[in-house]
Amino acid sequence: MESAQLFNLVPWVVFLPVIGLVVNILLGKRLGETFSGVVASLAAGLTFVVAVLLAIALAAAPEAGVVSPWEWISIGDLSVRWAFRVDTLSVVMMLVVSLVGTLIHIYSIGYMHNDVRHNGDPGRYTRFFIFLNLFIASMMILVSADNFLMMFVGWEGVGLCSYLLIGFWYEKGTNGTGNAVAAKKAFITNRIGDFGLLIALFLIFGYFGSLQFDEVFRQASAVAAAHPGAMLLITLAMLLGVTGKSAQIPLFVWLPDAMAGPTPVSALIHAATMVTAGVYLVARSTAFYSVVPASQTVVMWVGTLTALLAATIALGQYDIKKVLAYSTISQLGFMVAAVGMGAMVAGMFHLVTHAFFKGLLFLAAGSVIQGMERGMHGSHASSEPDPQDMRNMGGLRKKIPLTFWVYLIGGLALSGIAPLAGFFSKDEILGAAYHGHAAIFILLVITAFLTAFYMGRQLVMVFFGKPLTAAAEHASESPRVVTIPLIILAALSLLGGALNLPGVHTLEHWLSHTLGEGEPAEFIWLVAGISLLLALLGLGAAWLIYSRRTQKADAEDPLKKPLGALFTGMERKWWVDELYQALILNPYKAFAQFMAEPVDLGVIDRVGGGLAAGTRALAEGLRKLENGYVRSYALWMFIGLLAIMLYLFLR
Amino acid sequence: MFPVIFPIILAVVLFSLGVVGVLLRKNAIVILMSLELMFNAANLVFITFANYHQNLDGQVFIIFVMVTAAAEVAVGLALIVDIFRSKKSISIDEMHSLKG
Repeated sequence: MESAQLFNLVPWVVFLPVIGLVVNILLGKRLGETFSGVVASLAAGLTFVVAVLLAIALAAAPEAGVVSPWEWISIGDLSVRWAFRVDTLSVVMMLVVSLVGTLIHIYSIGYMHNDVRHNGDPGRYTRFFIFLNLFIASMMILVSADNFLMMFVGWEGVGLCSYLLIGFWYEKGTNGTGNAVAAKKAFITNRIGDFGLLIALFLIFGYFGSLQFDEVFRQASAVAAAHPGAMLLITLAMLLGVTGKSAQIPLFVWLPDAMAGPTPVSALIHAATMVTAGVYLVARSTAFYSVVPASQTVVMWVGTLTALLAATIALGQYDIKKVLAYSTISQLGFMVAAVGMGAMVAGMFHLVTHAFFKGLLFLAAGSVIQGMERGMHGSHASSEPDPQDMRNMGGLRKKIPLTFWVYLIGGLALSGIAPLAGFFSKDEILGAAYHGHAAIFILLVITAFLTAFYMGRQLVMVFFGKPLTAAAEHASESPRVVTIPLIILAALSLLGGALNLPGVHTLEHWLSHTLGEGEPAEFIWLVAGISLLLALLGLGAAWLIYSRRTQKADAEDPLKKPLGALFTGMERKWWVDELYQALILNPYKAFAQFMAEPVDLGVIDRVGGGLAAGTRALAEGLRKLENGYVRSYALWMFIGLLAIMLYLFLR
Repeated sequence: MFPVIFPIILAVVLFSLGVVGVLLRKNAIVILMSLELMFNAANLVFITFANYHQNLDGQVFIIFVMVTAAAEVAVGLALIVDIFRSKKSISIDEMHSLKG
């Protein structure tokens, strides 16, 4: 088939998951769990097939293609088509989303089977898959859009799915509302970011008269020359959108709370795909950022500081998923820093490999948690320990060996051990920083060391030593439907580095058709050596410290004593939530209270109530005239007559 | 010819008596009679000016007024009879069932 014909398949990347979710809505409840899971996985899998076909077509003819089935909005000067864009960048995203998405769908068939039973509501099984398919569809709209407005539709769509899935167990959590609150927090925080993106969109339309990618990017340098301020504002407003969706400073606070969602959701949405949308947006808008160096610097610093801050917090967490969540924020910081430095390929490369190994880590963590839950039921322990708390684990290496091995691969890949995927992609980012961004380079290297350290800490606490609770003692391995996606992802984490090997640069050449020809990142032995050495040091230090700690369920962290207040800060997430509470939320609530009580009740309600009371009092007075005595009516008539005559006389 | 002011003054006096009667008396029949006084005061003015201007319009009008007054009294008396049957009284103050 001609590649142009293959391009026409692109709407199916959205249609297929939509068909999947419609089928599940109509039939899912009646036909049961297996049916729901298979339909949803099939929809995701076929989406992957379409993405592969698109990639094949692009490999033959790397020119970007636009498939534009419908006119969407046409008002005055504004004309937006519902158009799908097939180019090397969007297809990379489609491949990652659909591949990781499909594996997570399959994993969820097994995981959610246990989860819905453990949480006592098997009826939600179908709903979960409907949401997952909806997410895939929204994400596909986001990455395949040919204009900013359509991308924004996908951007909001994934935000909605994120909300729905974080609050999947909406009646659970602290005080029975914890999960709902977490979902709300994610949604509102994202809304702040979306506000920034919307402003950027308005400005783009105002200055460019179009929202179509090619059109806008072609004019970028001309507009930057004519209105440098506007361009700066556009890129910074866009950055606000990025910080919301990709969990960067200052809007990262929602992501750790988002771990309230089921684990496959954390893997799919909050690690592998949705949160990388911000990185994709910056990469897509290369033309904008390359003409505004000031914004680039801001993006770079935001990414770097986020990476460092999140890595330090990850050191002090005990919840297995929270550690991974902060690690995700940290790695997203790496990507954002990379695209801020203009190293778009390095950022995208890390995005891809991160999707593999972080997806793997989350899914494996889910397997660990369910292993622990099975252990709890097996041991009939009187008090149920938190199955996500790493302090309750230990020694799981022997209980769940397969999960251990894949977790180890994911952890090593994340730590940046050669030759796993994370090593190459992280090294490329460090290499980019090495050229001319000394401060960034040092901070990122420190972060890389911390990354290895907290992964080592987690591996030791979860898998090594002796079991610390009865649940860990009786933990058992997950079923095959759960472990097979883990094995596939582990293979991808092992080999993902091959996508852009130094000297070969497959991904670099592939993306250069979209992002423009850049200098292929050279492989710097010094940088690679430093990062590998630090990764090994980090893992080694973690091993030394944590394998010697007192092995008791409630033992305090061995870092607590030497680090003191510093560790408390890490443990308490540097009080960022509390700071926001005090600086923004409390004044906002006070303001809302002021508007509600003195203003609304005191002024607005009184005006309305006063009008009503006045009318009533007037009516009460007038009522007295109707006294029922005919003679008084006659008198009033007479008086009226006199008045009229008086008027006629005096006129 | 006597001055035109004399019958006018008489009409004013009669009209005022009628008004006072309507406003002050309780007896419905007396009120009807007072109304007749007011009608006839008006009639007197009509006929005075008809004579004064030497045309027939005023006299024609009187015929209309008398016919209307006769009809009105017929209806009014019938009402009063009916009210007397139900209330055993024709005091106007007793009739306040529609009070607001």
